[in-house]
Amino acid sequence: MEFLVASAIGVLTAGGIYMMLRLRTFPVILGISLLTYAVNVFLFASGRLTIGAPPILGDATTYTDPLPQALVLTAIVISFGMTAVVVMIALGAYLGTDDDHVDDSDAPEEDAT
Amino acid sequence: MIHSLILPVVIPALIAPFIILAARYHIGIQRVFSVAGVLAMLAVALMLAVETSDGTVMLYQLGDWAAPFGIVLVGDRLSTMMVVLMAVLALFVLLYAIGSRWDERGRHFHVLFQFQLMGIAGAFLTGDLFNLFVFFEVLLIASYGLMIHAGGNARLRAGVQYVLFNLLGSTLFLFALGAIYAEAGTLNMADLAQRVQLIGAEETVGIRVAAVLLILVFAIKAAIVPLHFWLPSSYAEAPAPVAALFAIMTKVGAYAIIRVYTLIFPVDLDVTAGLHGTWLLPVALLSLAVGAVGVLAAKKLDRLVAFAVISSMGMVMVAVALFTAESIASALYYMVHSTLAAGALFLIVDLVRQSRGHLELRTDAPVAGAALIAGFFMVAAIAMTGLPPLSGFVGKLMVLNAAYDTGPDAWVWTTVLVASLIGVVGFARAGSVLFWKAQSDGAPVADPARIAPAPLSYVAVGGLLTMLIAHTVFAGRMYDYTTATAAQLFAPDDYIATVLQTPGKLSDGTVANKEEDQ
Repeated sequence: MEFLVASAIGVLTAGGIYMMLRLRTFPVILGISLLTYAVNVFLFASGRLTIGAPPILGDATTYTDPLPQALVLTAIVISFGMTAVVVMIALGAYLGTDDDHVDDSDAPEEDAT
Repeated sequence: MIHSLILPVVIPALIAPFIILAARYHIGIQRVFSVAGVLAMLAVALMLAVETSDGTVMLYQLGDWAAPFGIVLVGDRLSTMMVVLMAVLALFVLLYAIGSRWDERGRHFHVLFQFQLMGIAGAFLTGDLFNLFVFFEVLLIASYGLMIHAGGNARLRAGVQYVLFNLLGSTLFLFALGAIYAEAGTLNMADLAQRVQLIGAEETVGIRVAAVLLILVFAIKAAIVPLHFWLPSSYAEAPAPVAALFAIMTKVGAYAIIRVYTLIFPVDLDVTAGLHGTWLLPVALLSLAVGAVGVLAAKKLDRLVAFAVISSMGMVMVAVALFTAESIASALYYMVHSTLAAGALFLIVDLVRQSRGHLELRTDAPVAGAALIAGFFMVAAIAMTGLPPLSGFVGKLMVLNAAYDTGPDAWVWTTVLVASLIGVVGFARAGSVLFWKAQSDGAPVADPARIAPAPLSYVAVGGLLTMLIAHTVFAGRMYDYTTATAAQLFAPDDYIATVLQTPGKLSDGTVANKEEDQ
């Protein structure tokens, strides 16, 4: 199971970084989403992998660490919200300029007021 | 328990929903509450600073849960000093936003402003690394909204870059936190400080990776070369009051580096040996140089100021990277100066834009009312570039003095002095093109469409410059204060003891295996 989880994190990260290095906003946002999935699994694994054990201290001899689960929940909520924000801003920029490159264009910039 | 410590987070957290729920369509009420909130924050921050000025470490346990199980807020000299600095900057920036009517050009300016302050104050006060991440996100998501306030295509494009870069930074932060938790089993800073010391010499791989990832994240926030690419266009395209408020955001990164790398990974720790001297110092010198060259190369005034911010962050990080008590003290002094100077410069850029209509560095017919703006620009430029008599000069002198007789002093002295010279040339060129040569370029134009800046705008800029002058006049007292702050940072036992030994729920040892290490 360690191998599965580790390779899942690795594949997600590699795919995320590849997509992130693209020039247009859509693949970049997809890449960032993949990276956040990778980091969610990574955070989950940081409390060690245990199967079928309660996340509460009690009579059981083994238990899973509940803290990473709380951390993952927070991270999921935050990254979901952030992705929604970036999609909206990117959409606004695309509809405004009819161009969805993430880098600066060579054309002279217009003065913002 | 001292409840006042959480007020800098709670005040904006209450005012922002009130504004959005009750005063949505009443800009006047929004302004009153926003200013009242910032004034209240300033008062609370000053009170906290006075209380911690004798070296007391204040602790607030949320929900009365004892550390390391609960989240704690910790107020020591460094935290409270940064909160005061933030409140002072926020007050003048808010006055400017109201005076220049920037807050009317889009919706929800005051709401986002309050949330931004909440995030920054929380980041300064928290005693838990994951909580630091959460407050980073609070301040970032507010800054995304502020950054694209009033819209416009150029601003939206810059906004996309800014958001994407910071999303990447947040993801890296999470990777670092996961690695730290996997290695040390805690994210409370004081608890971590104890546990990292216990990690054996053969098992340091994970914690080393985590330490480097963490410094990368903070370096992105502090805009250190080569992680500075987000800064110039986003600061230049952001609305002027927002850019001025962002002057404190780079300092959040610097603060986090100072906090984490004095408390958790101190200089004498084997695990992170070489991280400061071998890596941080060269990149800090590089960002000092790149910032100065950018100042000289900029074609527009707003970019010029953005690169000046990078240069001054480089200066702060040079002092931080030396990691002696003296250099941290001078870094803190310089940090206060650089925040106020950068804030004032961004506001002056907006005054120039209002009177001229564009920011390109070319000669133009003289405009009415330029004398006062030119005077402001000269004072702020003198401060930013570090010419005597203002605080930039005093701060640079302190840094050079702290670097003297350390290993890399030749590098530090050469880079700082040459970069200052280049910066002076860049600012002098900009000032003479904008204000001086204008006289030789034909008769003044009276443009009825252009509205002169409101008196309140001048008051705000003048207020920031007055703070800079006060920072210079009371340099001795400030330096004494920052020296004591640095001394407290280098003797973290008091901090650790306060956080871990204050009783609260769960502190009676009900979880036996967590108590062993203490």
